[in-house]
Order: sequence, then C-alpha cells, then structure tokens
Amino acid sequence: MDFWYKLLEVLPFEWAKAGQMIFMKNALLAIILLTPIFALLGTMVVNNRMSFFSDALGHGAFTGVAIGGLLGFVQPLSSAVIFSVVFAFLIALIKHKSKMASDTVIGVFSSTAVALGIFLATLGGKNFAKLNTYLIGDILSITPKEISLLAVVLLLVIVFWFLVFNKLLIVSVNSSLAGSRGIHTFWYEVIFSCALAVIVTVSMSWIGLLVLNSFLVLPAASARNIARNQRQYHLLAVVFSVFAGIAGLILSYYIETATGSTIVIILAIVFFITYGLRKKFA
Amino acid sequence: MKNDCVSENGCQKQSCGLCCTKIKNLGVTMGNTVILEDINLHIHCGELTAIIGPNGAGKSTLIKALLGEIPHTGTLEYVQAQKGAFQAPVIGYVPQNLNLDSTSPTSVLDLFLSCRSRFPAWLVHRKKEVLKVKEKLAAVKAQHLMDRRLGALSGGELQRVLMALALDPVPDLLLLDEPVSGIDQNGMELFYQTVSSLRRDYDLTIILVSHDLDMVRRYADRVVLLNRTVLEAGPPDVVLQSQAFYDTFSLRWQKQNNTEGENINGFLV
Repeated sequence: MDFWYKLLEVLPFEWAKAGQMIFMKNALLAIILLTPIFALLGTMVVNNRMSFFSDALGHGAFTGVAIGGLLGFVQPLSSAVIFSVVFAFLIALIKHKSKMASDTVIGVFSSTAVALGIFLATLGGKNFAKLNTYLIGDILSITPKEISLLAVVLLLVIVFWFLVFNKLLIVSVNSSLAGSRGIHTFWYEVIFSCALAVIVTVSMSWIGLLVLNSFLVLPAASARNIARNQRQYHLLAVVFSVFAGIAGLILSYYIETATGSTIVIILAIVFFITYGLRKKFA
Repeated sequence: MKNDCVSENGCQKQSCGLCCTKIKNLGVTMGNTVILEDINLHIHCGELTAIIGPNGAGKSTLIKALLGEIPHTGTLEYVQAQKGAFQAPVIGYVPQNLNLDSTSPTSVLDLFLSCRSRFPAWLVHRKKEVLKVKEKLAAVKAQHLMDRRLGALSGGELQRVLMALALDPVPDLLLLDEPVSGIDQNGMELFYQTVSSLRRDYDLTIILVSHDLDMVRRYADRVVLLNRTVLEAGPPDVVLQSQAFYDTFSLRWQKQNNTEGENINGFLV
C-alpha cells in the first residue's frame, strides 16, 4: 500500500499529497480493481440479456445480509454470498425447468427476495437505517484488507474468464448449437450466474445496490455500440469502465456526491456518446 | 448433376452403405401432449434425407431429440464401418437461427475460434488457428465473411457460415434446420448445392428439416413426411405423389398457388 501512496504523490491533486486523505487513495485503488471485474462479466450479461437477472442478484444479496444479521453473524457478508449463490442457482434451475418466460421467473424471485429482506431486517421493530449503506454504498470506507481481497477476486475473474469464455459465447449464440458440441449448457449458465452472484454481493457495500447493476450493464452496452468483435468489445468495456470509475471518484470528491452514482452518470454519458457514434462503426 | 440422384437408386452405391443412423420407436411426450410417437427410421450415410411436414408436426422436436436436448423414449443407434455400433456420434448442427441481437459484437472469427480453440477468443487469436478458420470458410465460399459480425450477415451468408462451423470437425451426423424465411432464391439454391456436394465429399448422414418442397424434390435422396409420426418415407417422387402427402399439404398448396402461383405447378399433377 505504501508503494501505491507514494505513486499517487505525482498527481496534482490536493488529496494525493503524502499523508493526506488515505481513504481517497484506497478508494482509487479499489475502483481500479473493481471496474474491470464488472466490465468483463458485464459483456456476457449483455450478450445473454441478463441485465434483469443481475439486478435480481443484488436483491438476493440484500436478503442474504438480512438473514446474516438475524442469525447474528458479525460479518453478514459471508452469509450474503452463500445466500445469493443459492438464489442464483434457484433462478437458473427454475428458468431451465419451467417454460415460463425468464423475466417472469426473475421477477418473482427478485420481488420475493426484497420483501423477505426488508421483513427480516425490520423483524422485532429493528431500525432499517443501518442497512442503508448496502443500498447507497460507500467506496470511501474500503480498507486495505478489503482491497487485497478485491485484487484476489480480480485475478480469479480473469482466470475464470480465460477458462469459460469460449463456452459461454457459444451458449449465448445458440444453446442447441452449444449442446451439439458437447457443452453442458445448463451448467455453464449456473457457473456464470454464481460467479456473478459472488461479485455482486461482495461489492454491494461499496457500490450500493441501487446503482450496482449499471456497473455491469453500461460499460458493455456502450462498447457494444461501436465494437465489431469480441476483442474490441472487451477492451472498450474495460476502458470505459475504468475511465468512468476514476473520473467519477475524483469528481465526487470535489462536488461532494455519492461516488457510485457519480460513476454511473459518467457511464451513462459515455453510453449516449457511443450511441450517437454507432452508425459510424456499424 | 443434381437430378441424377433423385429418382435412381444409383446414388446409394456411391456411399459405403455400411454406416447408418437407426431410429427405433422414438417418442417424445411433453406434459400430457404426445409430440412424436413411434418414429422408426433408417438413415444411410451419403444420403440427404429431408424431413417435411406441416407446422407443429414435430420436425424441430425430432432434431432436438436427436441432439439429446430433450428426453425421448426409444433408441438411437449409430453404426459405422470402422467403429461398429456406437452411442455418441460427432454431431454437426446448423440451427434455424441464432438468438443474437443484430448489434452483437461477435464476429464470424470469434465464433469459430471459440469453438476450436482453448484460448479465449477475446484475448488470443493464434495465427495458425485463424488460417484454419479461413480454410474452413473457403469450403463454403464464405472466406470474405470472416471479420464480419454475425448480426450483419444476410440469411444465406449466415447459413453458409453455420454450415462451415458444423463441418469442423467433420461430423458423423449432420443435422440441418432450414430457415423458414430470410433467404432469397439464389441463397437457397447455393445452400442446397453445398449440402448436396457434402454428402458426396464426406460420406455423411445428413438430415435436413425443410420447408421448401421444390428444393426437396430436386435435391433430396429420401423424404420423410412427418406429422407426429412417420406418415410416409421413401424417394422424393414416391413421397411427394403419395396420398398422405396430398392430404397433408393439398390445402396449403392451393392457398399458395392462388397467392403466388409460381414454381409449384409441378406438384399437383
């Protein structure tokens, strides 16, 4: 961490000076680690039309936190991860087994999860306010220990993306085609859903449930406007995501706003710019 | 060249004749609805077998059962001269369409590399693999499409690309689900010519779900008329003259005849 703090001293910002605003420097590093994770996974979320699903995962994670609190876990995060993985698996299973439209299945689960979460969190007249941090998120509260956790997660996601991307892409193109090539479509969907559930849950308290899904969807959607193949798609999504992350964090420091939402607004601006340019690249 | 196979049995002699796909007593039931029952077919390699039938006859369901995607009763058996009987053939599948939206940034090369290569298509493009892909595409006259997005291809182009993909690696059994729309007459002709030459070049078992009876008449070696079960199977000129065929299609033909009035006069004689 010291090396990182030293490195930042070259920046012309007030908060970057030695010994100043440690939380800001931590947050910057966290953003640099976090945004590529979301960009990589987001490419497939958009490919597979899963943006509603990833939104539901956040709700599941929220219920997980509430359950953890009820069971008296000191660290509700671990229970939230377990719950949202189970939640993701259940959605994938029912989507697979039933002929119901997938958005209906997701809608049922998502609204049930939110209701259950609020119900459990307020059980016995408890105050809901302490859960607000999960809704809005606070990247500035991140600790060096959590940052090293993020670094490990980023590494795992890259390895994961190296191993399963090809299969996921074929499944997203046509699941029967994937099946004819010996790919177990259902299990790949489950693996991806669970990975997504873990990432969403882990980062919930820093980014905030309400805007978290935009971190997944917007970089990929912007890249999609102008990319012509998977390489460009991935590269652009990561670039947009990291750029908006850094710009949003610094901007939110000066104009005193919530970091998560500031980043999302920048991502949205990027989206509309690329949307305007899409005909040039078609 | 294309017609000499249709009415004579001479074409069967060109294939090894020792490999075949046997479908015995195949049935598919979903909930309480019987979709397919009592399907018995013996499909030889080196032959183009076309499956025809009205909408909802279970054509696509049969393909899905062959792919192992939906549970079915009965047995599938694959026999080959060298390997004997075996359970898991290499299946090449050409789907009717893709569930991509047209803006998807997936190029033809991306799709091929993700099928062929262990390395992820978003990062590594190995030169050797790219050359191979070009070669495979050239076999269906589609090498110029390599860097195009899948969503930007025309129906006919996409069909050729998917065919090249289904032939890599060369399968024991090739299943084709012909698109209902979106391909012009030239594209259709090229598609059938390519399929036709495949059965000679590779000695494949080819099963084609078709909606174009004119093409079936001209290119298929055998025709299976399906409507929940096999109503009629045999050479095209036999099946297309049969009473069962007339009963199944007559109404539709007359309708089409009134509105389009072309290409199909030969059928109702």
